[in-house]
Amino acid sequence: MRAWYPPRIVIVAWIALLALLALTVFGAYQPLGSGNGILALIIATAKALIVLAIFMELREQHALMIAVAGAGYFWLGILLWLAMTDFVTRPALPPFLQQ
Amino acid sequence: MPEPQPAFQFVDLRQQHDAAQFGIWVFLATEVLFFGGLILAYCVYRMLHSDGFAEAGRHTEIVIGTANTAILLTSSALVAWAVMITKLDQGRIAGLLLWGAAAIGVLFLILKGIEYSIEYREGLVPGLKFTYSEAYPGAVSLFFAFYFVATGLHALHILIGVVVLSVIGIRARQGAYSERYHAPMTVAGLYWHFVDVVWIFLFALIYLPGRSS
Repeated sequence: MRAWYPPRIVIVAWIALLALLALTVFGAYQPLGSGNGILALIIATAKALIVLAIFMELREQHALMIAVAGAGYFWLGILLWLAMTDFVTRPALPPFLQQ
Repeated sequence: MPEPQPAFQFVDLRQQHDAAQFGIWVFLATEVLFFGGLILAYCVYRMLHSDGFAEAGRHTEIVIGTANTAILLTSSALVAWAVMITKLDQGRIAGLLLWGAAAIGVLFLILKGIEYSIEYREGLVPGLKFTYSEAYPGAVSLFFAFYFVATGLHALHILIGVVVLSVIGIRARQGAYSERYHAPMTVAGLYWHFVDVVWIFLFALIYLPGRSS
């Protein structure tokens, strides 16, 4: 096998990503109600993890680099969590607090 | 090509490579929050106007969106391939792969341009030409404002990535990168993969809502 041949893991990841893309488009047309949005985000997260772990080679990195790579997503999680806590629970508040 | 030497502030090439990787990951963390703010705004408005956003999602071009997702995933795979074989001293061939990835990036931008022109003809561009008057015009206008800001900023990132990959490709063809020294290619690759990750989420949020109803 020549050194410049595509690494097997890249081919496997690429096929998996295209398969997940087909799955997410197929899933979007199924009548799942609010499940459609959740399915789309689960598949998107799976695709992102494949890209991060294999294409970006995080699986071979030491813990410090993984922590740095995860930091942005961690803060994004806090941002989404706290902000959505506010907007999701606002209708349950008494009217004078809803503004 | 002379034997690569570390910049004066580094002990060796390995440390320089680690520092470069650390730097790009910190930069990408800022980019996560840059696009994250937009995504938060989208989540709030989608929650407040769920029917309107589903209606708007049905007006996006799913065929072009899906094709563009496949295009970016393929482009990313080529870059991952290039970086991995450069570590096996195949830098010159990797240069060709980077050019291929950049060319696919250009294809993405062309399709994006076609998509924008369709939306302009259909009058779905808030502020410029918005003639949509079917169900939920207010929420559809909000959705398309998000759509153009998010995909426009993303397309700008693609454009920068195409230039970076092309230049790194030229350097690779000149034999600049080897098993010992390939930090610029690694950094450019990480940036390109990140732009791919952003698109994966934009695709799920923009093109898929409302398809089943």
